[in-house]
Amino acid sequence: MRLPPEPVEVVKSRREAALARLVASVPYIGFLGARFDRRGDELTAHLPFQPMLIGNPMLPALHGGATAAFLEITAIIELSWSNLWEDIESGTMSEIIALPKTVTFTVDYLRSGLPRDAYARARVNRSGRRFASVHVEAWQDNRLKPFAAATAHFLMP
Amino acid sequence: MTDDPIPDDPRPEDPRLALAQSFIHALPHSKALGMQLTDLGEGVATITMPYDPRLIGDPATGVIHGGAISALMDTASGASVMSHPSAPRSTATLDLRIDYMRPATPGQQITARAECHHVTRSVAFIRVTAHDADPTRPVAMGTGTFTLER
Repeated sequence: MRLPPEPVEVVKSRREAALARLVASVPYIGFLGARFDRRGDELTAHLPFQPMLIGNPMLPALHGGATAAFLEITAIIELSWSNLWEDIESGTMSEIIALPKTVTFTVDYLRSGLPRDAYARARVNRSGRRFASVHVEAWQDNRLKPFAAATAHFLMP
Repeated sequence: MTDDPIPDDPRPEDPRLALAQSFIHALPHSKALGMQLTDLGEGVATITMPYDPRLIGDPATGVIHGGAISALMDTASGASVMSHPSAPRSTATLDLRIDYMRPATPGQQITARAECHHVTRSVAFIRVTAHDADPTRPVAMGTGTFTLER
């Protein structure tokens, strides 16, 4: 006989706690001030604007390095999240979170980053036992007009 | 004269280097990461970034996050383009590829040296290397293209 489905609050709080633990495991995310919104298993990274993210104060525009870092944390969190998903759902997520290591990171700057909030979503193109390939795009006001995109290869923990 | 410049002073008397240093400090994100320009030649720039626990990517190891190293390498690359003898008015990153060869040793300052090795009318090509206290074993290497405003 099938078990009845879990109450929605139990499912939500377990997933939120797992995401919070994962995000808190990377101090640099706190330095950038980025957050992650979750809808089911879909994650959207959110980088609230703050003046210290500016690279060119004349334009002004976001620093290419801040943009690259935002893309990279989005890729790492999405990859870890998708790999941990089964364990989160079964309640068997381990105490220690081992993160993937970046091997290569290639970022394309498509337009200048405006001094306002940015968002990003990553897609795991392949996740193998040893390596994973992840594509990530960031946008600001218009989802269909990304301002930066990156492809990253990771060594799995 | 009694006030000879100290050889290891990160802000030597060279007015061009002093100007470039103030330029780096005018970039809020570079300033937030504690970057210091230590050398600037014709199309070559060296920038350092101190170790800072806020920049850790993996607390299990204390290793700095790749994103901070990307920011350092991007800034050094942009500075190398700006210092090119063709004297561009401004520049912006078109793309940057970084290979992470080994984790940077926790507690050590990271140094990025970028070289703008070729320019066309509208594009600059750069190579960049980052190392920690051991300059013989780079932690990351990158290549990139930058726009050129003349």
